[in-house]
Amino acid sequence: MMRKGDFKLRNFHEARWSEPIIFELSRKGERGIIVPEVEKEIEELVGDGVSVLPEHMIRRDPPRLPEISQVRVLRHYLRLSQETLGATLNIDIGQGTCTMKYNPIINDLLANSPKVTELHPLQDVDTIQGALEIMYKLDLFLRELSGFSRFTFQPGGGSHAIFTIISIIHKYHELRGEGEKRDEIITTLLSHPSNAAAPAVKGYRVISLYPNESGLVDVEALEKAVSERTAGFIVTNPEDTGIFNPRIKEFTKIVHGVGGLCAYDQANANGLLGIIRAVDCGFDLGFFNLHKTFSSPHGCGGPAVGAVGVTDRLVDFLPIPIVEYNGEKYYLNYDLSHSIGKVREFYGVFPVILRAYSWIMSLGAEGIREVARVAVLNNNYVMKRILSEVKCASISFPKTKQRIEQVRYSFEKLREDTGITSEDVIRRMADFGFHLWTSHHPWIIPEPFTIEPTESYSKDDLDKYLETLKRVVEEAYETPEKLKNAPHNCPIHKIRPEFLEDPERWAITWRAYLKKREKWE
Amino acid sequence: MKKLGLIINPIAGMGGRVGLKGTDGEETLKMALKLGAKPWAEDRAKEALKQLLLLKDRVELITYPKKMGENASLSCSFTPKVIGELKGEKTTAEDTKRAADEMRVLGVDLLLFVGGDGTARDIYDAIDRSLVVLGIPAGVKVFSAVFAVNPVVAGELARLFLMGEIREVVDAEVLDIDEELFRRGKLSTRLYGYLKIPVKRGYTSGSKSTTPMSERYNKEEIAAEILDEMSDEYYYIIGPGTTTKVIMEFLNLDYSLLGVDIIHKKKLVGKDLNEKEILETIRGRKAKIIVTPIGGQGYLFGRGNQQISPKVIREVGKDNIIIVSTRNKLRSLSRRTLLVDTGSEILDKELSGYYRVVTGYRERAIFKVSNRVED
Amino acid sequence: MLNERSKRKCAHPYIPNSSPYIQKEMLREIGVESMDQLYSSIPDELKFKGVLNLPDPLQSEADLKRHVEGILSKNRECDDYVSFLGGGCWQHYVPAICDEINRRSEFLTAYAGEPWEDHGRWQALFEYQSLVAELVEMDVVNVPTYSWGQAAATSIRMACRITKRDEVLISDTISPERLAIIRNYCEPVVKILLVKHDPETGMMDLDDLNSKISEETAAVYFENPSYLGPIETHGAEISDALHRFDALIVVGVDPISLGVIVPPSRYDADIVCGELQPLGIHMNFGGGLAGFIATPDEEKFVMEYPSRLFGITKTIVDGEYGFGDVAFERTSFERREKAKEFVGTAAALWGITAGVYLSLMGPYGMQMLGKTIMQRSQYAMKLLSEIPGVVAPRFKAPHFKEFVVDFNGTSLSVDEINRNLLSYNIFGGIDLTDKFPELGASALYCVTELHTKESLDRLAHALKKIIEGGIAK
Repeated sequence: MMRKGDFKLRNFHEARWSEPIIFELSRKGERGIIVPEVEKEIEELVGDGVSVLPEHMIRRDPPRLPEISQVRVLRHYLRLSQETLGATLNIDIGQGTCTMKYNPIINDLLANSPKVTELHPLQDVDTIQGALEIMYKLDLFLRELSGFSRFTFQPGGGSHAIFTIISIIHKYHELRGEGEKRDEIITTLLSHPSNAAAPAVKGYRVISLYPNESGLVDVEALEKAVSERTAGFIVTNPEDTGIFNPRIKEFTKIVHGVGGLCAYDQANANGLLGIIRAVDCGFDLGFFNLHKTFSSPHGCGGPAVGAVGVTDRLVDFLPIPIVEYNGEKYYLNYDLSHSIGKVREFYGVFPVILRAYSWIMSLGAEGIREVARVAVLNNNYVMKRILSEVKCASISFPKTKQRIEQVRYSFEKLREDTGITSEDVIRRMADFGFHLWTSHHPWIIPEPFTIEPTESYSKDDLDKYLETLKRVVEEAYETPEKLKNAPHNCPIHKIRPEFLEDPERWAITWRAYLKKREKWE
Repeated sequence: MKKLGLIINPIAGMGGRVGLKGTDGEETLKMALKLGAKPWAEDRAKEALKQLLLLKDRVELITYPKKMGENASLSCSFTPKVIGELKGEKTTAEDTKRAADEMRVLGVDLLLFVGGDGTARDIYDAIDRSLVVLGIPAGVKVFSAVFAVNPVVAGELARLFLMGEIREVVDAEVLDIDEELFRRGKLSTRLYGYLKIPVKRGYTSGSKSTTPMSERYNKEEIAAEILDEMSDEYYYIIGPGTTTKVIMEFLNLDYSLLGVDIIHKKKLVGKDLNEKEILETIRGRKAKIIVTPIGGQGYLFGRGNQQISPKVIREVGKDNIIIVSTRNKLRSLSRRTLLVDTGSEILDKELSGYYRVVTGYRERAIFKVSNRVED
Repeated sequence: MLNERSKRKCAHPYIPNSSPYIQKEMLREIGVESMDQLYSSIPDELKFKGVLNLPDPLQSEADLKRHVEGILSKNRECDDYVSFLGGGCWQHYVPAICDEINRRSEFLTAYAGEPWEDHGRWQALFEYQSLVAELVEMDVVNVPTYSWGQAAATSIRMACRITKRDEVLISDTISPERLAIIRNYCEPVVKILLVKHDPETGMMDLDDLNSKISEETAAVYFENPSYLGPIETHGAEISDALHRFDALIVVGVDPISLGVIVPPSRYDADIVCGELQPLGIHMNFGGGLAGFIATPDEEKFVMEYPSRLFGITKTIVDGEYGFGDVAFERTSFERREKAKEFVGTAAALWGITAGVYLSLMGPYGMQMLGKTIMQRSQYAMKLLSEIPGVVAPRFKAPHFKEFVVDFNGTSLSVDEINRNLLSYNIFGGIDLTDKFPELGASALYCVTELHTKESLDRLAHALKKIIEGGIAK
């Protein structure tokens, strides 16, 4: 157990390889891997194969990929991985809203089995019973946790799940002849930006409810927003501030009252697993992020699964197929009368589904509740310490004291005192091997930073993070120059964004860079 | 090499220190000096300049003689280029305006000025929105949106802007205060004009949202939305502000930025009208009011559009009030409600409630409007 | 947390602070009596008071492993069998290094870190963008989206926004699943018209195309090779027809083919999309999908991407470079502009993997790969056509790795044939009977570089036996 006087700032330095771009490693004649050539008999029978193409379709000049021998490719990418902090290597509580919990290694091992990797989705159903069983059972588990009647795993992430939900809402009203009339979706300002962006894809007008001084949305605001044009309401609860709206059931009731559907964006479910259920709050549909809440790793930004659940009356609208069980066998049901069709080919990212299944099996009901409770405990511990020990940090919406699993803070006072911004702090935290994140855009509070501890870190871990944050804040007052040009201990230094915003100079690929290089001088 | 202009209003803020409300006018200034007030605008300038020391050799600091900037610059170890000349020992608004104009001619990349609302108005009179400026607050009356929250933040913002790390520039309100009322403890402002200031939106990379949109884009979206929904039946009373006037720009109509215009069937019916003219135009006709919040507190009525009087509002009807606002404006308000101060407390009460504010193309925000709070 | 069996208080390995000792200490620091108090903002009526009906936990890793592997053992994977399944997910060789890299903890667990401390991830994705760019010969490639289907749907919406038109022509030989995705993504805002194919060649019916283009057309979308296998050789004519109306050409490709087949930019395609799964990503039961979108480096295209675009830039240190988001700031709104879609977590790790794959393969690897696949599939087509009643390929056109096998001349349904093939340990091609009824009893067969002569001979032999047998076993 770490005593308060024991703390020493970590003398951290990330690997800095100054690794060239892969193309710069190319050497004529080198080969990374050899492709199996055909047997002689085949060559004799069909010739070179390519000649069946008309001349104008044959690519005579090979694509200008680099030629690099195998170990050099390996070395290059291993170095790049060393230049990536990742989550497991650091106490990753600073990537708020991302739920950066431990990704159990046993689940990686299971997901890498050929019994997972070498399966084709269209194989005869008798040969994929294991995969279908896992999907079906995970569906059952998620039904337990939410109260929904059925889940699909097709959406490839949280935003995709929101879009799927909006598609279902759209189809539902269209079927009842009200598709044109109901052209509005209501959401809140502090929900994920995709809650506002996805409905627009389906042509909806988006009504955002703004919070009051307490960080909550007034019921009267919703009453003003609803009408016979309301198709649905989608909300995150708690929102990314960590504040839970206790009147949520009144909200869903009001929306139902005008004939709209209610959807629950459960991106922030980590503090409420087993504590509350979506249907009890009046929701008709919702989703979970398997790659956040359910421990599947983030993969630099995917692959992922946004598991969408619906109540009975909406099951027929789910994308096809869904997995069914007839008592003896698992099979794929494509026969949903009002299905929205598909949002992704096949059934979903199976390795992610498998990891979620395995994680739940390891924890059981009690374990899952413990996950939620400890996530909230950790968050409150961090909050208590920050608000009492970091004087220039404040909480967003201070009128409301309670937070669930994450908190959005503000460094406004720090900025007023020193000119140092939350972005400066973030860059300096990187010098000690830590992430810290601000907030979704645009910011509603000045100089934000958001911390979501999850259940995966020990008290010692949390203390280490906090002590480092305190030291960085001290530096802001005493030696602010250290922060202004931070980071100093990372693979690279602060970037110059002007090259990324000017169409004359931006380069999204190496070939574009080579063409524009002169304009960079 | 970037050019940074610096103008100090040496007497700004003196009144406040000795309990006076401002230093406008000879009499008040004399009184302040008699009460022992010392000029502190220079100190504020130095606090800001300290943040810019890192850029000392990469930026050309251009300023006016002696107390208007030269002294402060030298004492902060800058080697400024001093331009212009002072007519006498005492500085006046004319000096400020002349300095600003000369800097405009030199094409400074950023003009920092130290003062209050009065100084901001002088700068606006001289250069309008031809330069990017930033105010370092040093006064009692600092209500315009052109000021940073304090000199340290101003200096840091200036540094980031000159380094090219922040690039977005927006229109910020310059306000005019009713002097009499102010001395009696009441605040009544009027929209005087706009200056361009740099803003830090705080875009870090690793953003999880789609491309950022400028303030201008947002205003254009709103105008497009309003035009889509406009009906030939109604007369539209367009209140002051850059957000509302984009509607006029889209229709290629002449307009008054700070005044009230009326359009009908997408044609201009009246420009810069007073209450009487407005009432005459709309009497017996269907009309709507389009307003946008003014000032950091978000006043819809009562801070620059008094022509839209209680009589006008009653003639039009509460349900025909259309509020437009950029998203950033709503998010940056100091309160979570918009305010009204029409002059009639009864009307103010009737107007409070929740409104659907137009914030973009096919986008609304539900926002609360309340009656005026004592400032 | 009580472990019933041992009746000892201990923490779950994934939850360090589930130890009651630590919890007491932390609660004290927070200043509350119990964990329940931390939930006081949740109204009592919302709290779940029941028992979650979940199985008993397998807290020991050994038990967990045994349990999950037990379920997985009920799968029969493509290594045990010879598979001719394709249709959007294909079995190609995955180099060992691809797995080595995407299993590295840093890449596997990173997420939204900044350009400095996650520099490696940014560079790896920039390199993937650059490598795919060489395959398609276009200067802009995005960070991957969920799948080809999503990439196609987004490409189509982009074309609509660029041209400010709402009608799109889509070839009727694209994958039915992708068509379903596109329909859900585009309707009701975008109108879709299908363009017929020539029943002989399987390529687009140009007369039908021309009859359907108008001033309202935003774009045409077709796949090359198409879902049914034929390579579209009239790309230039299609482009001409649409460009005359200022409409755009959107083409979906299988990148594995681009070592030997020209990329669509050569016949003036404006937007190219496709599937990254063949590039070093395991099939993963359909979970290995990732979609890419490529365009020319022009503002009008770049500003329409809803996904992230990583660009190279300088840092504050001379000679050092880094990466960041290319931020196209929209400064003016055009009337009738349509929504910009959304962006979120998608399939970045697969993008990095594709980059590793292309680095290993190099130009000659991709060339050889294309060649060997065409040789093998032509060999297969030859063998199968020698079976009485079987026509392979059904369409008179050049094919790449997939082709329709027509069984109408036999007395069996595709379903019966495939069921019989199972006993030979073979997964037969996708049954097209319901998907494309006009083809009758037909199946889509896929042949890749992993099919040895021996396995192709085995297929031919098995089919011959089954068809000659004539009766379902």
